[in-house]
Amino acid sequence: MSSEPPTTTARHLVVVGGGMVAQRFVEAMRARDTAGAWHVSVFAEEPRKPYDRVGLTRYFEVRDPEELTLGDPALWDDPLVTLHRDCKIESIDREAKTVTDRLGRVHHYDELVLATGSNAAMPPIPGNDLPGVYVYRTIDDVAALRGWVEAKREANKVETRRGVVEKPIRGAVIGGGLLGLEAAGALKALGAQATVIEFGTHLMGVQIDLGGGEALKRLINDKGISVRAQTATKEMKPHRRTGHVGRLDFADGGRLDVDVVVVATGVRPRDELARAAGLEVGERGGAVVDLSCRTEDPHVWAIGEVACIEGRCIGLVAPGNTMAEVVVDRLLGGEATFPGADTATKLKLSGVDVASFGDAHGRTEDAVELVWADPLAGVYKKLVMSDDARTLLGGVFVGDAAPYASLRPMLGAELPGDPAAFLLPEGGGAGAPAIELPDDAAVCSCNNVSAGAIRAAVTDHECTDVAGVKACTKAGTTCGACLPLVTKITKTELERAGVEISTALCEHFALSRAQLFDAVRVAELHTFSEIIARFGVVPEGAADPGRGCDICKPVVASILASLGNGHILAGEQATLQDTNDHMLANMQKDGTYSVVPRMPGGEVTPEGLIAVGQVAKDFGLYTKITGGQRIDMFGARVEQLPEIWRRLVDAGFESGHAYGKSLRTVKSCVGSTWCRYGVQDSVGMAVELELRYRGLRSPHKLKLGVSGCARECAEARGKDVGVIATDKGWNVYVGGNGGQTPKHAQLLAEDLSSAELLRAIDRFLMLYIRTADRLQRTAPWVEEYEGGLEAIREVILEDSLGICADLDAAMAKHVEAYEDEWKAVLEDPAKLARFGSFVNAPSTPDPDLAYVPERGQKRPATRDEIAAGAIDPALVGPVLVSGPTLEVRS
Amino acid sequence: MTTLAQTPDEATTAATWTAVCPLDALVPERGAAALLENPDGAPVQVALFRLLDDEVRAVQQLDPYSGANVMSRGIVGTRGGEPTVAAPVYKQVFALRSGDCLESGGKTPLPGHGAHLATFPVEVRDGVVHVALG
Ligand SMILES: Cc1cc2nc3c(=O)[nH]c(=O)nc-3n(C[C@H](O)[C@H](O)[C@H](O)COP(=O)(O)OP(=O)(O)OC[C@H]3O[C@@H](n4cnc5c(N)ncnc54)[C@H](O)[C@@H]3O)c2cc1C
Ligand code: SF4
Repeated sequence: MSSEPPTTTARHLVVVGGGMVAQRFVEAMRARDTAGAWHVSVFAEEPRKPYDRVGLTRYFEVRDPEELTLGDPALWDDPLVTLHRDCKIESIDREAKTVTDRLGRVHHYDELVLATGSNAAMPPIPGNDLPGVYVYRTIDDVAALRGWVEAKREANKVETRRGVVEKPIRGAVIGGGLLGLEAAGALKALGAQATVIEFGTHLMGVQIDLGGGEALKRLINDKGISVRAQTATKEMKPHRRTGHVGRLDFADGGRLDVDVVVVATGVRPRDELARAAGLEVGERGGAVVDLSCRTEDPHVWAIGEVACIEGRCIGLVAPGNTMAEVVVDRLLGGEATFPGADTATKLKLSGVDVASFGDAHGRTEDAVELVWADPLAGVYKKLVMSDDARTLLGGVFVGDAAPYASLRPMLGAELPGDPAAFLLPEGGGAGAPAIELPDDAAVCSCNNVSAGAIRAAVTDHECTDVAGVKACTKAGTTCGACLPLVTKITKTELERAGVEISTALCEHFALSRAQLFDAVRVAELHTFSEIIARFGVVPEGAADPGRGCDICKPVVASILASLGNGHILAGEQATLQDTNDHMLANMQKDGTYSVVPRMPGGEVTPEGLIAVGQVAKDFGLYTKITGGQRIDMFGARVEQLPEIWRRLVDAGFESGHAYGKSLRTVKSCVGSTWCRYGVQDSVGMAVELELRYRGLRSPHKLKLGVSGCARECAEARGKDVGVIATDKGWNVYVGGNGGQTPKHAQLLAEDLSSAELLRAIDRFLMLYIRTADRLQRTAPWVEEYEGGLEAIREVILEDSLGICADLDAAMAKHVEAYEDEWKAVLEDPAKLARFGSFVNAPSTPDPDLAYVPERGQKRPATRDEIAAGAIDPALVGPVLVSGPTLEVRS
Repeated sequence: MTTLAQTPDEATTAATWTAVCPLDALVPERGAAALLENPDGAPVQVALFRLLDDEVRAVQQLDPYSGANVMSRGIVGTRGGEPTVAAPVYKQVFALRSGDCLESGGKTPLPGHGAHLATFPVEVRDGVVHVALG
């Protein structure tokens, strides 16, 4: 049996292996083969599309393999690309130029690319096949590991007189390299204890020297992970009763009781196909290739971890991606060669900064080492320099990897000034001379993006922010270690290109929103007139700064509201409000408004539903359920708003602030009160959060969500703040949003008590309100906050800026001062007077409003329908006799 | 009496003045809509704006970019010292004195509408706002 590629003109390229490097290969081929010369068939053993193996540990957080998707999924819909999943290739016939898959099907190739990657190595320790022993390489591996730990946790619960107690799960990781430490972090995240067993003298021995290893050990211990160095594991022993792995016996006679073991002792290239096909393999495995990545067979190539290039296999994604680009170039007639590997690495374990690059061990002849160590703080930094102390040969950073991003691209270049300046505290910031990277310096090694490419994104492709540069160049989209540098280059280039990155609000204020916020707060100003007189820009030749505009007025309105200055329609504040805030309703396309009463947590009584329905019916409003779990009533005319709200307030409702840049809703699932899976009362928490933050004005709208268990039915991670119940408390995620550029929120803190949760959210929101830009949602704010989420975490959980008391007080003041905006309007004739349709006919409806019926309700008529006279005058709704100037009750 | 807009002689020749409301019914730096009648009896909607120094301006209430009668509900401000209003739907900025669109935000007006706003002469006589139509 044989299968042919669907197109006849294109030549057939077979890729064996559907991993990260294969993905890059296909992307590069489809980007560059514009003539369609090649049809690419990818055979993947795993049952899924190539995914982000580098980000594998994220799986424990996201629990959804889709989240690890790489690149644009549309790649696999390309007619010149065929992906065969769950389709292992069993053999190669180089004579016939065919491969045979596991189903016995034979596929012809014109050119063959091996991208089979590596297997996790399993050392020949007796007992390594016991249940509970795992490797750490694929999604299936980590999913099985998670399942095992969760099952063990369940089994370890014991009933005692004091209730259910959970015996801790004891985990061990064999191997103290990059992968082992990541795995240990994952075990901790799963709620298990973790001990790392390292055979060598210190952790991460491949990358860092003994001094760095000592500092690292301290940091790892601080994370609650134990370390046993210089320890060989002799045997894994089964538990007597269960037969599961139960104990590790060490060569030095020591022992460790365990419930789960992760083996992370290295990888073995998957060169079995190459061997069987008679291709040369390296001394330590891997298909031997030349610098064009070609094996001895001119039609067989090898890329990624399976390739033995320059005498070795490289277990990193960046060199593999480079190889993919080389082969694509060659197949399209180019002459590219492999330029040598960038083996820089950075540990991806939250809160533990470790990075190394170049000749980290100082093995170059006559190399000099500069070391800066602060053993107490667990900081160790080392630069390896040429004998004249000028050329940078390598570096190790433990505990403070801040200089890594800017120094790594300088590998092999002369450093400006005294190299010691880069090692001083504060990440080489203060004293270190600014580095101007050459255009060819690699900034993002995962995606092979040079400093020049980032500059070109700004100058030639007109990107005006970091997000644009990321999308355009892919820089910083894989491991993210280079993001600070990408940001810096982008900003410098924008300034140079004369692109206005002035943070001035508008012609009236030279300050950014965050600066203005602080200025107003510190100067204790309370009106727009005072603020513009004090901080406004007086244009040349003018006598005063003018009267603001539609940009700065709502910003000032929001700042005044966040700082607590009474009702938003009080006095001069009313003139600052956008029409939605001014009418306390949302303007729709025909100039009428929609009305949304608050339903905290999406909870509503039958009586409430009836009241809302009756109001909608009486005023002829179109009704729809919103995505935020409440009811929106459309088509309310200005002059109807007070009467509608009088009815709603009487029925016990209050403003839902659907009109404000403020807290909108806290969405919730039904949680433990009804749901059989729920572990906490998510509705109760959602109601509490919504009542706490209602009316809180912010730089943009805010949405929260609370799910009662990890199944996440409330889609909380699509919210600015998402709360997910755990059996120990609450996990809180921040910086998510739906909309045009959906973002999943990232984990801020785990297993918080309810009180801790409120405090963390209080501070997160207040910090955001104080420091975000105008109309900047939390996702880009987190991304652009100096130091990112890690820095935010330090500010709000560790009080690194010493402002937490202030943030807490500000939120307490907000909670204290809350009043229902609509109720206050109904009690104040001056405010009510704003709601007339016409100043000379306050209760006359706009005569141009026109509606047609649709699916049992009304909708605004189109221009054509109006022209054709197809409208129904009755649908405009009832006309009030009294007008909007209701009698005011006390 | 405050005299505003075009010189009264020029404006009054062809127009009919209508008394609309007391000046005090207008909130400084916010707009208000008025429902008036042309000399031919057709209804006209006018957006009135009272500035900080009691200068009153009138432009068409119809927003040419959205087609809704909403101009009075926009934010009042200044551009280079010139009083302006920003359309509340798509945020175009118009000069209140000339009706010119200063910032279209890359949008074009709906078919059958000009890019700028029509203006109407306004006078405040004995504390009552008058608008000239026709
Ligand atoms: C947890 C973890 C963290 C990591 N972190 C980093 C990091 O921070 N930085 C870094 O640079 N690297 C990191 N790596 C290494 C990186 O993931 C690899 O270097 C990269 O995935 C190699 O890509 P590849 O395509 O060569 O191999 P792989 O991604 O392993 O893909 C090979 C694929 O081929 C399939 N295959 C094998 N044989 C066959 C066959 N006969 N037929 C069909 N399919 C076959 C395999 O099932 C596999 O899916 C990490 C790895 C792990 C596991
Ligand atoms: S998230 Fe959990 S608790 Fe909430 S509804 Fe879904 S399964 Fe139930």
